[in-house]
Amino acid sequence: MGNNAILLNSIEKRFHQKQVIAPLSLEIPKGQLIGLLGPSGCGKTTLIKLIMGMIKPDNGSIQVLNFNVPHKQLLMDIGYMAQSDALYLDLTGKENLHFFAKLFRLSKKERAERVAYAADLVRLTDDLHSKVMNYSGGMKRRLSLAIALLQNPQLLILDEPTVGIDPVLKKEIWQELIRLKDEEQKTILVTTHAMDEAERCDQLAMLRSGQIIAYGTPHELKDRYQAQDFDEVFVKAGGDVR
Amino acid sequence: MRIGAIVTRIMQQMKRDKRTLALLFIAPLIILSLMYFIFNSNEPEMTLVVSNGPAPFIEKLKTVDVKVVENNDYSSALLKKEQYDGWLAFKQNNIKLTLLNDDPSSTKAVIMKLSQALQPEQASRINLKTEYVYGDENTAIFDIFSPMLTGFFVFFFVFLITGIALLKERTSGTLERLLATPIKRSEIVAGYMIGYGFFAFLQTIIIVVFGIYILDIVHVGSILLVLLINIVVALVSLSLGALLSSFATSEFQMMQFIPLVIVPQIFFSGIFPLDNMVEWLQNIGRIMPLYYAADALNGVMYKGYAFPDIAMDLVVLACFALVFIILNIISLKKYRSL
Repeated sequence: MGNNAILLNSIEKRFHQKQVIAPLSLEIPKGQLIGLLGPSGCGKTTLIKLIMGMIKPDNGSIQVLNFNVPHKQLLMDIGYMAQSDALYLDLTGKENLHFFAKLFRLSKKERAERVAYAADLVRLTDDLHSKVMNYSGGMKRRLSLAIALLQNPQLLILDEPTVGIDPVLKKEIWQELIRLKDEEQKTILVTTHAMDEAERCDQLAMLRSGQIIAYGTPHELKDRYQAQDFDEVFVKAGGDVR
Repeated sequence: MRIGAIVTRIMQQMKRDKRTLALLFIAPLIILSLMYFIFNSNEPEMTLVVSNGPAPFIEKLKTVDVKVVENNDYSSALLKKEQYDGWLAFKQNNIKLTLLNDDPSSTKAVIMKLSQALQPEQASRINLKTEYVYGDENTAIFDIFSPMLTGFFVFFFVFLITGIALLKERTSGTLERLLATPIKRSEIVAGYMIGYGFFAFLQTIIIVVFGIYILDIVHVGSILLVLLINIVVALVSLSLGALLSSFATSEFQMMQFIPLVIVPQIFFSGIFPLDNMVEWLQNIGRIMPLYYAADALNGVMYKGYAFPDIAMDLVVLACFALVFIILNIISLKKYRSL
């Protein structure tokens, strides 16, 4: 395992006879920012759930941070942001944050510190006392991100973290993600559609029909397929799949 | 502490959902009062036809709030036609009482008032023969099923509210998000049981106290025992509601469980006498939690049973709750393999 944060060994997953994840192997090194690109329905979310151990693969093995998945202790080290905002709308932002902080068994002092840090990071400090049902879409997204950062996890798994967030804040969030990676050696796995975000990842994995069709640094990928942008890379790399 | 986190969160959410709180605490009282008044509505206006009655006796009847119509040439056919509550015919030392009995609760009241009026000196000398126009002397409604009613309301409202609350967690994705933290599945179920159990506990107290002290439902046995039974009933319904919510994909589907799960239980919980049913039907009743709840509640409130007499019912109810809780813990595997 050594330097790998995530190790997927020929995993497969079917739902009702439909192959969602084709035999797939992937090594994700520690301390990198990995982008997972692919159209909707390509198996991104399923892959993330497999990595977290929420669902079990039909075949193959998964290791994350030296744990054999599924492992409950592992969930302590993963900060997860789901694609849909799973928030308690009738509670305030602060109550949501404290609720999740308690689930991670943070002490009272830690809880106050981490809630303050996470809320400040996503610029929600001033809105913490209003109910989430009054939040805009972007604010809910930011709150979800703050929850993912609460327990200071080694591995961040963010499913489309910047959808509905304005460009200025999006830039700030990416700066923070890169800072977390550089200064705190965190491994970050991000799914995205945005090309400018793909550009900032250390490694990109392109997923189609449950298979990785291309893997490498953004620069490598463009060179390899002689493409101007990642849309082109995707089309060229995936040509033989369909 | 994780369980505590869930409990606190449920309290915060419930405190803000005023309408649900009102449903939980006030709706049962309104319905219970309504049923009370419906089944007791004839009581204040009680009219007896008396033939050849001695004057002092008629005076006595009037003192216990009975309206007297004197008619020395009367018949039960006339009684049926004129819809008075009863007809009392004196013939020397024999009294023939004919009761209309179209409403068992008013019949009971007539008999009670008559025995007040006849007591005590006359009763021994007089030979009283009673006939009924409708039904017989065994019919009584509210007294018999009001104990079961308290259990039913606890069951129904707790079932509905926990079922829908947990369904909301399932559909909004928060339950899945919860399971993406290192929480144990049993901790989630325990948190739910305690959080909603607290509200169910409050509701139980309110219903029982309201029923007993304000509506004056019969209670021969201990009120604490009544509370205990209803709290176990609340646990059963809490765990059943949570479990069934995993088979529903919308609030509407959750409501569809009412005719399937709630209504059949009413039929087997004492409104209709079980002894007269065919055996296979009686056996169906035995798989329903409310059957045991009604048996225990009736025993304590109507017959004055003590704890040992209802212990078996409580054990069965607790087993129901335990099985549902375990199934809940297992069913959460749907969201997380571990």
